[in-house]
Amino acid sequence: MLVRSMHFKARAGAAAADRVLQGKLATAKGLFVDGRRRAVAEIDLEATRDASQTIRSRAVADLDLWLERFEQEATRRGGQVLWARDGAEICRLVTEIARRHDVKKAIKSKSMLSEEAGLNAALEAAGVQPVETDLGEYILQINDNEPPSHIIAPVIHKTKEEVADLFARVHGKPRKTEIGEMTREAREMLRQHFLSADMGISGGNFLVAETGSVALVTNEGNGRMVTTLPRVHVVITGVEKVIPTLEDLATLMRILPRSATGQSISNYFSVLTGVKRPEDTDGPEHLYFILVDNGRVGLLGSEFQDMLRCIRCAACMNHCPVYQTVGGHAYGWVYPGPMGAVLTPLFVGIENALDLPHAATMCNQCSVVCPVKIPLPDLMRKLREQQVARSLRPWGERAALRLWAWLARHPTLYAFAAKLGVRYLNWLAEGGDRIRVMGVAPSWTAGRDFPAPEGRTFRELYSERK
Amino acid sequence: MKVGLFVTCLVDLMRPRIGFAALRLLQAAGCEVVVPTTQTCCGQPAYNSGDRRAARLLAEKLIAEFESCDHVVAPSGSCAGMIRMHYPDLFADDPAWLERAAALGARTHELSDFLATVARLDKVPGAFAGTVTYHDACSGLRELGVKAQPRALLAKMPGVRLVEMDGAEECCGFGGAFAVKFGDISARLAEKKCDNLRASGADAVVLSDLGCMLSIEGKLRRMGDEKTRVLHIAEILSGEA
Ligand code: SF4
Repeated sequence: MLVRSMHFKARAGAAAADRVLQGKLATAKGLFVDGRRRAVAEIDLEATRDASQTIRSRAVADLDLWLERFEQEATRRGGQVLWARDGAEICRLVTEIARRHDVKKAIKSKSMLSEEAGLNAALEAAGVQPVETDLGEYILQINDNEPPSHIIAPVIHKTKEEVADLFARVHGKPRKTEIGEMTREAREMLRQHFLSADMGISGGNFLVAETGSVALVTNEGNGRMVTTLPRVHVVITGVEKVIPTLEDLATLMRILPRSATGQSISNYFSVLTGVKRPEDTDGPEHLYFILVDNGRVGLLGSEFQDMLRCIRCAACMNHCPVYQTVGGHAYGWVYPGPMGAVLTPLFVGIENALDLPHAATMCNQCSVVCPVKIPLPDLMRKLREQQVARSLRPWGERAALRLWAWLARHPTLYAFAAKLGVRYLNWLAEGGDRIRVMGVAPSWTAGRDFPAPEGRTFRELYSERK
Repeated sequence: MKVGLFVTCLVDLMRPRIGFAALRLLQAAGCEVVVPTTQTCCGQPAYNSGDRRAARLLAEKLIAEFESCDHVVAPSGSCAGMIRMHYPDLFADDPAWLERAAALGARTHELSDFLATVARLDKVPGAFAGTVTYHDACSGLRELGVKAQPRALLAKMPGVRLVEMDGAEECCGFGGAFAVKFGDISARLAEKKCDNLRASGADAVVLSDLGCMLSIEGKLRRMGDEKTRVLHIAEILSGEA
């Protein structure tokens, strides 16, 4: 997917003024945030978070070991494990598999890796028709391959009415406005594809090392069809998704749907193991796992290793005040919200996403809800440190910060500067209690007043009192 | 009990009366209060901008200034959080300083937390008649667990009626440099906060961080609300309001 993260500021600014978008995000926030609150009340939340964090950090710490085990077990059950270094390799491997099995049409259930790689375009170029079958992803695909704006609710930025218009235009059928009817219509359109596809492509929520299985968490039946109907099933997922045992899977499943959608358990939960055996009634004849690096392996042993624990539940963005205001598209790549503000610079290059680690108030809401306790604000701060270390911050910002920090270490000069600063602000306030236009920070006074200082600094008054 | 008052740079510049209110409250709680006159800033702006070196130098300065105190108290959850939760990180590679930082951090408190849980202030000196709502500032709430403490102190004031607003725990949009770097997003968040606090019907919003105060008061006035007061917890508790 094209990286547009350098334009965060401009796009976020426009989105911040978009009340319609915020209305949609508020509805979703209501569902997800309230839903999560209710659902996590059913379990011992902190104990489950601790256990989940431990499982994920141990798996990541010995990643090579668990991946090897996964490869052995998956291979033993008829699967084939392939490794992709980057998005281009994902595309190459999938198109090769398609060619080998003479595939004309591939049905897909949600896979973020496929977004990272821009797989649909590559498949089309290779003469394979990709069909998204997750309702949200389907809507985006028929809308000219629009990018998703949320990792589990990709069309959160659209109203029902917009989708109704889109369906009427693309399907060429009478416009429907009732969600049930619209879903039925999409299903009808998709049915022909389910039956005629030669290949299914899915993501994977977890890879279980001890059994070589992939676990899929979905809310629509499409995932089941994609993974069992076609002759060929290709799983594409990040290398970090491996966990040691089914027992671990059970623990993580207590927290993933609850954190994501506020469900005790998702509508569908599949653990898929091996190819179709003679006694099985369904399942793929050929099963491939494409396990992807695309920037992940480089995080091992770095100060960002914690990020590899992420289980893509989206709780961080659902609870993020900035995400709720600007939506997902402003972030400019596959992953939005706090996890995206950390992952995007790490995956596409710090210099290509300079705003993202700064686009946070450090309110810490994300790390408080993260089911695997990733310290997202700390990681954003570390990215800010790297920007400073690599001199990627604007000259003016660096100079101002340096001057301030120097003054703050020289109390006498600092006191003098503070005194002057306060006098200046009061002059701007023209004797009133507020400043309406502030030249040094016009972006503050564009949207609100700046209260005027009282008049004299604490230190001035305190030294007089003594 | 010798308590060092860390005034914080924003109180020093913007609202000295909050510093004096904090001083009086600590004295009312029976503390011997010292106010080191060389104090400036805890270093948080540098830390959050990614300049660890500058942050560390300021941290060393603050630690040296306050080390002789039994406790350090700040009328700000965000500055207290910086000292308590983040100073140790700055000295992770320097065992001697790390020990000093961790020791001071453990004795550092946000004002209402200190008054309620350490000094156990029984009689609140201030008086106030009216309905108030409390805004939970992010660092105080999520780093230091400041939630019940200010409410417990307000409950000791007979004239105060506390109502909870929707989204009391949501960010006001300040976020330090964020408020200037992303002024439009920041102002929008402040607006949501102001809508919620006005809907609560309170005469005043009480809070414990200067950053939130500037953001919320600035937005209220820009929205044309001249009536809703924005009070620091130290002001209302000390009778300055
Ligand atoms: S960072 Fe945490 S909260 Fe965000 S998607 Fe990943 S696991 Fe979920």
